[in-house]
Amino acid sequence: MFLIYCPHCGEHREEEEFHNHGQAHIARPLDPDSCTDEEWGNYMFFRKNPKGLHHELWVHAAGCRKFFNVTRHTATYEIKEVYKIGEQPKVVE
Amino acid sequence: MQQYSGFGLLKHSLSHHENWQRVWRNPTPKKKYDVIIVGGGGHGLATAYYLAKEHNITNVAVIEKGYLGGGNTARNTTIVRSNYLWDEAAHLYEHAMKLWEGLSQDLNYNVMFSQRGCLNLGHTLQDMRDIERRVNANRLNGIDGEVLDAKQVNEIVPILDCSSNARYPVMGASWQPRAGVARHDAVAWGFARGADMRGVDLIQQTEVVDFIIEDGTVVGVKTDRYGDIKADRVGCVTAGHSGVMAAKAGFELPLESHPLQALVSEPIKPILDTVVMSNHVHGYASQSDKGDLVIGAGIDGYTGYGQRGSYSTIEHTIQAIVEMFPIFSRVRMNRQWGGIVDTCPDACPIISETPVKNLFFNCGWGTGGFKATPGSGNVFAASLAKGEMHELAKPFSMFRFHNGALIDEHGAAGVAH
Repeated sequence: MFLIYCPHCGEHREEEEFHNHGQAHIARPLDPDSCTDEEWGNYMFFRKNPKGLHHELWVHAAGCRKFFNVTRHTATYEIKEVYKIGEQPKVVE
Repeated sequence: MQQYSGFGLLKHSLSHHENWQRVWRNPTPKKKYDVIIVGGGGHGLATAYYLAKEHNITNVAVIEKGYLGGGNTARNTTIVRSNYLWDEAAHLYEHAMKLWEGLSQDLNYNVMFSQRGCLNLGHTLQDMRDIERRVNANRLNGIDGEVLDAKQVNEIVPILDCSSNARYPVMGASWQPRAGVARHDAVAWGFARGADMRGVDLIQQTEVVDFIIEDGTVVGVKTDRYGDIKADRVGCVTAGHSGVMAAKAGFELPLESHPLQALVSEPIKPILDTVVMSNHVHGYASQSDKGDLVIGAGIDGYTGYGQRGSYSTIEHTIQAIVEMFPIFSRVRMNRQWGGIVDTCPDACPIISETPVKNLFFNCGWGTGGFKATPGSGNVFAASLAKGEMHELAKPFSMFRFHNGALIDEHGAAGVAH
């Protein structure tokens, strides 16, 4: 059980209120029709899946229902930073 | 290498069991091998065993960073079944099931495979429709299966709450009589012993820190204890850490690693003689020969390598178990642990060539790899021996995520992803 700070609510809340949506900063191809199968497959399915720092997308599902980004260590589960959609992470390695 | 038998047991009892041979050697690796297998879990050891036994390739090393069978092989809930929906998956898991049925004799090692049957419960009309469909598909593929109603389920498991008072009443189940459980550690040890006696080097406490890749072709691995070791072909069977290994080889996989938990109760007298699984309320249970209830949970929602699970997931699982088996409400739990499972978007494994030539990956088994151990090793060994994928493995290429030929087994996988 860990606590997550929701930047929209401005509060720490329990992990169970949130839902993880995996790797963050995956840009949808601007023109999907011109993608090769490989480009589209990579966008849809292929992930970094690191053991270490991970930038990931969370939603405050049982709260304000807004999305935000988290930089979290995937082995210690320590949350290094929380930042809003559209911002870039400050903690990179 | 000595063969095990009842007579041998009697003979060794005369010397107080003090003169048994070591079950495998602890060799120093050679400079070069025909095949290196990264990862000494059940699937890796099975691969080495079948390489030696069926393909006569014995110049093989299995390199394991911890000890043999110490990862997910030691952490799963030991259920073996083959009732998968789609042809590709059903054929692969049934291939494994057929190997399970003769495995103890084949290995000369008792893996305690017990075909005590497996029930997959249905609690809603849609569950029952899916069960009908899956059982029909199984029977067309020559896999045993029956659709049972609630009364028949209750006859098999009298302690299961099949009354209409349950929060989610049991409406029926699919029943695979040939399914069951096996002793997980014995599976790893049996394959390890069988591989070692045929000349395979099992290198423990040695981590593969990198692959040696020249012109897009793998030519060996770098290890932390023995430096570089060359190989013609490398098979990577590292389960939850497959994404980490793929990153070392310079590509990504369509995998996310999640903690998956299990727990066991204190040992109690025999009460549950089959395997009961429920996708709907989400819990599954069986009873080990030692008497403890072996209970499985869903994965944690976030990616993680922590080898521990979150408390909320245990709570949900225990709620489901007590809902199904009110009689277990006062059983005390003994131990709880987590393993790291590499889940695929379509809940099917990846047994595949990779962008690096001569480097093969066997991963993505997610929440249900144990049941496939012999089959996975068998087809992966054939693929490594020939340098091209075995017929049963072909549909499980990692490139199916580019061409769209996914095999959607979320229904039969039994654990929510």
